[in-house]
Amino acid sequence: MARPSRTGRARRKTSRRQLLRGLAFASPWLIGFAVFIAWPVIASGYYSLTDFNLFQAPHFVGVANYRHMLHDEVFWKSLTNTLYLTAVGVPVGLALSLGGALILNRPVRGQPFYRALVYLPTIVPVVVSGYLWRWMMNPQYGYVNEVLRLLHLPQPLWLNNPAWSKPAILLVTFWTVGGMTVIYLAALKDVPRELYEAAEMDGAGPIARFWHVTWPVITPVTLFQVVVSTIAYMQIFTQPYLLAQQSQLNSANGGPENSMLSYSMYLFQNAFVYLKMGYASAMAWVLFIITMAITAVILMNAKRWVHYGNR
Amino acid sequence: MSRWLTPRIAILVIVAVFVFPFVVMVATAFKNADDIFHAPPHLLPHTWTLANFRQAFDQMPIWRYLANTVILCLLNVLGTLFSCPLVAYALSKLRWRGKTPMLIIVLGTMMLPPQVTLIPIYLMWNKIGATNSYLPLFVPAFLGTPFLIFMIRQFLMSVPDDLLDAARIDGSSELRTYWSIVLPLARPALATAAVFQFVWTWVDFLNPLIYLNDAKKYTLSIGLYNFFSEHGVAWGPLMAACAMFTLPAFLVFLLGQRYFVEGISTSGIK
Repeated sequence: MARPSRTGRARRKTSRRQLLRGLAFASPWLIGFAVFIAWPVIASGYYSLTDFNLFQAPHFVGVANYRHMLHDEVFWKSLTNTLYLTAVGVPVGLALSLGGALILNRPVRGQPFYRALVYLPTIVPVVVSGYLWRWMMNPQYGYVNEVLRLLHLPQPLWLNNPAWSKPAILLVTFWTVGGMTVIYLAALKDVPRELYEAAEMDGAGPIARFWHVTWPVITPVTLFQVVVSTIAYMQIFTQPYLLAQQSQLNSANGGPENSMLSYSMYLFQNAFVYLKMGYASAMAWVLFIITMAITAVILMNAKRWVHYGNR
Repeated sequence: MSRWLTPRIAILVIVAVFVFPFVVMVATAFKNADDIFHAPPHLLPHTWTLANFRQAFDQMPIWRYLANTVILCLLNVLGTLFSCPLVAYALSKLRWRGKTPMLIIVLGTMMLPPQVTLIPIYLMWNKIGATNSYLPLFVPAFLGTPFLIFMIRQFLMSVPDDLLDAARIDGSSELRTYWSIVLPLARPALATAAVFQFVWTWVDFLNPLIYLNDAKKYTLSIGLYNFFSEHGVAWGPLMAACAMFTLPAFLVFLLGQRYFVEGISTSGIK
C-alpha cells in the first residue's frame, strides 16, 4: 500500500518499477509464449490456407484444404476411428478407474503401496507399453489370448483383424488408467465419513450408499476427468502408431484397412510423410474445433449431473 | 471373515492385473527362443538365459542412446528448474499490473492442442537448421511449461507474505529474496516439477521421432525400433531392452513417489 503522503508521480514510478520487475521475472515464459505459442498459432492459421510442401514458399489457396477434407475418405476414416476410440475409451476408462479407486479405498494395510503399483504403468515409457502389449496380444504366443482360452472365450486376432484392432488400442490405454484412479482416490478422501455412517444406519445398501453419498461428492472430479480424457483420446497418437508400426519407422502405418489410423496419425502422415504442411495445418485446426465443440457440449450438460457441494 | 477377506482379495486381483504385464516383460527377457515361441505360453522360462540382453547390446547402441536420453533429461530438468519457479514467483508473490492476465494466458495455453503448433514449430527449427539436433528437444523447457508453472505457483501462494516482506525491509533485493528464501521454501514443489519433467522427457516419443533423423542421436524411445525388421520383431531382445529402459523411470518414481502422486492428485482437483 502506498502511504497517503506520497505524490501520484512517485506512486506511478513505483508501479512502473513493479511492472518491470514482474515482467523480468516472467520473461522466460513471455519469450516462450511469443516463440512457441503465439507465433505458431498465427503461422498455423496462415499455412492452413496454403499449399506448402516445405521446399517451396507457401502458396495461398484459400479454403481449398478445408474443402478437400470433405472428399478425403482417409480423413473421414481417421476421424471416425478417433471418435470411436473416444466414445468407448472415455466412459469405460472412467468406470475402470473409479471401480479401482473404490476397491483400493478400503482401509487396508499397505494401501499406499498398492496405489503405487496401480499407478506404475503410467510412468512406463509409452514405447515400452506399446511393444509389450503387442507381444501380450500376439494371437499365438501372447497372454491375452491365453487368458481368454482358459476362460473359454473366443480368441480374436487382435491387431490383424480390423474389427478387433481398436479394442486392442483401448486395452493398451486402459493399462494406464491408474493416473485417473489416483485422482479418484484423492477425491474419495473428501467423502464425509459421518454421512456414510448415517446412510448405513438408515439401512442403505452399498449401491444406494454409492449413488447417494459417494457419487455426488466426486462428480466435480468426474467432470474434470471426462474433459481431460476426452481431449487425450481425441489427440491419441502414440499407442495406435506403435501397435500398427511396421519395419519402417516414420511412416504412421494405419493397420489393417486403416482401422488403427487415428486423426493425429493421419495428420502426422500428411505433414511428415507426404509433406503436405498446409493440409496438415488445416487438419489441426479442425481437430481443435471438434474437440472444443465436444468439450463445450460436455460442460453445458454438466449442470445436470455435477454437484458442487456446500458441505 | 468374508468382510475382512473380500476387499483384500479384490485389491490383490486388481493389483495383479496391473502388474502382470511387467512380469511377462521381465520373464520374456530371460527366455530363450524356444520358450518365447511356445504355445500355449508358460510364464517362467524353462531355461534362464542372458542371451537377449547380450543381443540387445549388439543390435542397438544402448549406451549411446542411454547417454543421449540422460543428457536430454538433465537439460530439460535444468531448464524447468530455471524457468518455472521464476515465472511462478512473478505470478504469485510479486505485485504488478498484468499479473492476472498473464495467469489467465498461462492457463489458456494449457488447453491448446499441441497439433496446432507442431508444424510451425517444426518449420521454425527447420529454417534455422536445428532439426536433427537436440535444440528443439530441450530449449522449450528453459522457457517454462504452463502446467509446471501453475503447479509451483499454487505452492508459492501458500508461502506467507510476511516472510518475504521481512526480507525486503532488510534491504534484500528481489532476486536475492527469490534465491535465498523462496527457492529453498519451494523445494517440495521443485522436486515434484523435476520428477515430472524427467519422466516426461524420458518417455517422450513424438518429439524425438519428428526431430531426430541421425541414428546416432536417437533416444532410447525411438531406438527400440532397431528390433523391428522385415523378418519380424526380435521379441526376446526387445523385451530385454524394454526392461532396461523402464527401470530408471521406476527408480525416479520410487524416489519421488510421494511428490509425484501428490502432484497428480492435487493438480487434478485444484
